[in-house]
Amino acid sequence: MNEVTREFLLETHENLGQLEGDLIALEKDPTEKQTLARVFRNLHTVKGSAGFLGLAKLQAVAHSAESLLSRLRDGELTFNPPIATALLQTIDSIRQVLASVESEAGEGSGNYSNLVRELDRLRETGGTAETPAVVARTMVAPIEPVPLTSAAITSPGPGTSFVQEATEPRAQSVSDSSIRVDVGLLDKLMNLVGELVLARNQIMQFSSSQENAAFLGTVQRLNLLTTELQANVMKTRMQPIGNIWSKFPRVVRDLALACGKQVRIDMEGQETELDKTIIEAIRDPLTHMVRNAVDHGIESPSTRLERGKLAEGRLSLHAFHEGGKVIIEINDDGGGIDPIRVRDKAIKVKAISPEEAVRMNERELVNLVFLPGFSTTEKVTHFSGRGVGMDVVRTNIERIGGSVELESQPGLGTTVKMKIPLTLAIIPALTVTSGGERYAIPQVSLLELVRLEGDQVKQRIESIHGFPVYRLRGNLLPLVYLNKELRTGDIRSAESEINIVVLHADDRQFGLVVDAIHDTEEIVVKPLQKQLKGVNVFAGATIMGDGRVALILDVLGIAQRANVVTGARVRALTEQNAQTSDASSNAKQSLLLFSIRDGGRMAIPLSIVARLEEFPFGSLERTGDQFVVQYRGEILPLVDVARQLNAEGGRAEGIPLASDTVQVVVYAGSERQVGLIVGSILDIVDEEIIATSRSSRSGVLHSAIVQGRVAEFLDVEGLVSRAS
Amino acid sequence: MANERQLCTFTLGDQYFGLDVLKVQEIIRAQEMTRVPLAHPVVRGLINLRGQIVTAIDLRRRLDMPDRPSELLPVNIVVQTDDGAVSLLVDEIGDVLEVSESAFERPPETLRGTARELILGAYKLKDRLLLVLDTERTVTLTNPNTRLERSE
Repeated sequence: MNEVTREFLLETHENLGQLEGDLIALEKDPTEKQTLARVFRNLHTVKGSAGFLGLAKLQAVAHSAESLLSRLRDGELTFNPPIATALLQTIDSIRQVLASVESEAGEGSGNYSNLVRELDRLRETGGTAETPAVVARTMVAPIEPVPLTSAAITSPGPGTSFVQEATEPRAQSVSDSSIRVDVGLLDKLMNLVGELVLARNQIMQFSSSQENAAFLGTVQRLNLLTTELQANVMKTRMQPIGNIWSKFPRVVRDLALACGKQVRIDMEGQETELDKTIIEAIRDPLTHMVRNAVDHGIESPSTRLERGKLAEGRLSLHAFHEGGKVIIEINDDGGGIDPIRVRDKAIKVKAISPEEAVRMNERELVNLVFLPGFSTTEKVTHFSGRGVGMDVVRTNIERIGGSVELESQPGLGTTVKMKIPLTLAIIPALTVTSGGERYAIPQVSLLELVRLEGDQVKQRIESIHGFPVYRLRGNLLPLVYLNKELRTGDIRSAESEINIVVLHADDRQFGLVVDAIHDTEEIVVKPLQKQLKGVNVFAGATIMGDGRVALILDVLGIAQRANVVTGARVRALTEQNAQTSDASSNAKQSLLLFSIRDGGRMAIPLSIVARLEEFPFGSLERTGDQFVVQYRGEILPLVDVARQLNAEGGRAEGIPLASDTVQVVVYAGSERQVGLIVGSILDIVDEEIIATSRSSRSGVLHSAIVQGRVAEFLDVEGLVSRAS
Repeated sequence: MANERQLCTFTLGDQYFGLDVLKVQEIIRAQEMTRVPLAHPVVRGLINLRGQIVTAIDLRRRLDMPDRPSELLPVNIVVQTDDGAVSLLVDEIGDVLEVSESAFERPPETLRGTARELILGAYKLKDRLLLVLDTERTVTLTNPNTRLERSE
């Protein structure tokens, strides 16, 4: 293929994308003059290039379309649905021709004379209501539903057909400051950067034993450069999600028309960026869910009106960054998913037992639609196919390290929420040791680290129905012993210390017990070869700084293997929780009880307490009006609770009494840590908060009965901000 | 098709094997390996080959032979496959032999089971039989979890 043809294909594909979007916009707002002018110019360009390259059929089609548009542009005709349909089909036809040209088969064998005739007819008459159906049947084949199978979603090879993947200009005008780059080249760059990061890690390790200052300075510089290079190369591969979304208005329009429904699509966050490989992986699942929403979610206009809704249904897509991931929400205001119907269907297909079903709440029931072979629609339609969709969608999202969940309100609508990692190749990970081997745990799954020593080991680890659990701030955390799951060792009962890595997978939390915990570092993820593909507890492997290979744990895989995401463990836990909690709706809270100098009894939630410390009085220092203490290499500001409370009430108090030691509750504030000086620590209790009375003084949130006596609940944040 | 081909030869126990030399990337001595828990028993571990992570397959296990004695260190034959480089662990490396097609025979009847699937044929040499391995098939493992676990 020569250069000229290649350029033509690339440019025309870009133009077509723009054209399609413009046509859909025009259908909604037919008087938008600028859009109309742009559409005309685009088609004019296509016609010209087609003529230059000797593509007669293409030229003929483009010519008819351009003539029609000329009348529209001049205001002699008004844009209406039949015109829109014909023009959109023109775009499909042009795409067909381009595909044929690309495969070196000339213009192809398509016959577009019907289309040309229709375009000419519309140019003459302006379009009447009864033609679109005829047009639809005789022209380009209707949009085929994408069969969604696991095989269809594979990791893309480098340099796939560039004609399909031309990046669309983000701004409306073509900008001179951008350049087209072959995808394969970017992949190569990414690989090289990955290797560089590995080498950098190794050099960093060696350098820790070196003392030559000049050498260390250079190593540091190398470190900084590599980090920046990595960040920038990763940016080159980021694409806005709008690239996939841009097709949806057309998909929705055509599908709604075919189903006899009215659907409006709103998109927010099109500029949210994702790595290219991830965008490829979610393209089909997203399309499927959009189709589902139109086909099954949104009701027919008459049903909607009966229900008091607007005849036009609304489908909204919202993408944004949060917590190191990209969140994509697809929301429709349709009929929602009835948890009862889902439950009954699930029982019928024996996916769950009636006993299990009784224990599930609405959210869990609705999410049963992710089970294989599930579909509650009585009619299997041509458009979305069978209910094989959702489980394949979930599998494919999870394969790239993401998660997907459903939320629904019967009669009101459904929301699908997807969480996707930003990138796959280089990630921060925590290194741990278990059974004599090192493993890496992706930081994105990490919640916190817990260490139990001595007596705590026996006391804090309980056993429920034979499963070990740890009570973490009132919640029962199922424990998974990595040694045991990997069969590299056994649970040793007489341990003097336990290290727990609290992880989350699929919206559930669990604690992974390991032998030792090391550092966090950036690692390059290398996929496992096919001989190891069946081992789902590992997500890949990496080369550590010392050159040795370490396996990367797949958190979801381990959780599934240990049965902590569904099934036995969770059931046992929810049973336990059900037994121990009262019928009342108040949940138990973990509280720290303490007294303050004037004898008052106070409480704060244990969840905001970072640590309890004791300092000798002499270690307190004064800066201006405030007391501070040197703590873990930093300066910890102190707030004297009694003094602050009394200062509000007007009773002046001097500095704390000079006792031997001062009790400090270290509170992890939103910006930094603060130490609260208290009188003495009384207890840590789990208590249901009942009978609260309103705040008695400023600095106190409310009072309640705790352990049989009244305690005031401290307004920690308020106090801290007033004191500083 | 050429009349002669070159085979990289090696031993496993008292048996003599060869594979197409064009598939062999390199031969290296025993490397530090990272075990992969829960993997197919035939996979001994992963090695770091100049920045590439290569899966190491124990050929004795792959051919259902008893494990080599622990004091005997294996040799790595790194082969190129569709899925990247894979290392085959063997007992000892032999010479690169030129063999002629005329000496090629179908696999002996005495071969059963896995060996029969992986062996393309044999060459009758002066004093022994040289069994030729199908490299692609050798590195393809199916049903990884249905095999019985072997104790390490």
